[in-house]
Amino acid sequence: MSELVASQATVERRLLQSVVDVARYAFGAAASSIFLVDPATGELVFEAVSGRGGSRLVGTRFPPGTGIAGWVASSGQSLLVDDLSASPQFARDAAASTDYVPNSLMAAPLFTADGVIGVLEVLDRGATAVRVTADVELFDLLADQAAIGLELLTRLRLGGMDQRSDRALRLLEAVESMLATSHG
Amino acid sequence: MNGEVPWRRTDRAAAWELPAWSMSSGLRSAHEFGMTALAGVTADWAWAGADGSGVRVCVVDSGVDGSHPLIGDLERSVTVAEDPDGEIRVVDHPAIDEAGHGTACAGIIRGIAPGASISSVRVLTNGKSGTGAALLAGLDWAIAEGFDLINLSLATTQSRFVLALHDLADRAYFRRNVIVVSAHNRPVLSYPWTFSSVISVASHDLDDPMTFYYNPSPPVEFHARGVQVPVAWPGGGTIRSTGNSFAAPHITAICALILSRHEWLTPFQLKTVLFLTAANVAGRRPDLARRHG
Repeated sequence: MSELVASQATVERRLLQSVVDVARYAFGAAASSIFLVDPATGELVFEAVSGRGGSRLVGTRFPPGTGIAGWVASSGQSLLVDDLSASPQFARDAAASTDYVPNSLMAAPLFTADGVIGVLEVLDRGATAVRVTADVELFDLLADQAAIGLELLTRLRLGGMDQRSDRALRLLEAVESMLATSHG
Repeated sequence: MNGEVPWRRTDRAAAWELPAWSMSSGLRSAHEFGMTALAGVTADWAWAGADGSGVRVCVVDSGVDGSHPLIGDLERSVTVAEDPDGEIRVVDHPAIDEAGHGTACAGIIRGIAPGASISSVRVLTNGKSGTGAALLAGLDWAIAEGFDLINLSLATTQSRFVLALHDLADRAYFRRNVIVVSAHNRPVLSYPWTFSSVISVASHDLDDPMTFYYNPSPPVEFHARGVQVPVAWPGGGTIRSTGNSFAAPHITAICALILSRHEWLTPFQLKTVLFLTAANVAGRRPDLARRHG
């Protein structure tokens, strides 16, 4: 069982990395990153990055409801912002959390049936970015595909846990019946 | 505006806890409306010379940075807060915005309707109860406070809130607190932009803030500016933002202009004025009138 859990974690890593690699490539972007929501705390956890800056940030937690990713996660709305470096507060916040301050940022929520499970971001789209609305649409499609992959993995993991608890329950029942027999 | 208007009659409060369909329908004779017939409704009629004065707008979002020069003073700034025992309340809160989004929406409204009063309810908070519960509390507060317009550039996918949200939206509709909501073009059901009692807005990619289109295939009813919109950002300055959530405050602001000239319009009448003044409708396009008779 632990091997299965470990291999699922590896698949999840690879999926997350693949998502940010594809997103970065599709937009000729400087970087792409993905955050997942910690269901217990609502925090956004920085899970994977492709491109400039941030690889040392993997695992970092950001409080819910703060920053662009936080807003996207809690509002469920996609967002594209340009001219970010003209905003002193954004530059300050970004500089405090990464060593890279982008000028443009695209962020989309990752949905499952239960709500938002994370946020996908693309930083500084390249010259291949032609039309803003088409970019946002493609980006939403990528985010949806990523979310479906993550949902499948989560279901697999929960399925595994159910099997595990079934086995534990059967073991417990066996022990109880043995105890009952020995005392009887 | 604050006199005895039909949608604010105190006896309606008795029906607050009841679903909308249970409200009595014929206890009073129909109110007489001394208003213009709609035949002559044009953009000029609707908002020429208007600046939103006398209209109260509430931005239900991440908070609004009241120190931003493009925003100016807020009428009220509150937040949804969670007690340690999980009780959700609405309390006064400094006019700050940790996410930036509410400030952007308020800036759009201020830019188009500088005379309108703006208040902020922060519903995107650090609380654990999630967007749905905070959204309900924030909306409930905004409706009780009697704002003319409520801008809601967010959605919840939490289906357990749908019934309560639906009833709030209906209550707002009947009390003439017009809720303007950004549409949500994703393969997941979300609310309340899908309700018929709200005005649902998606983006077009033209750069004119006063150009909007009627969309004849609901639930999206109007398209307004939402691509690379220059918006106020917390801490001063502006950035350019794209998303349906920036289209909704354009319609909110245009509604503020219309209501400041025509304060007696009810939600369905206001929606009709929007329809008649949309860039793709005969009121603004006489050639269409000839084509469709």
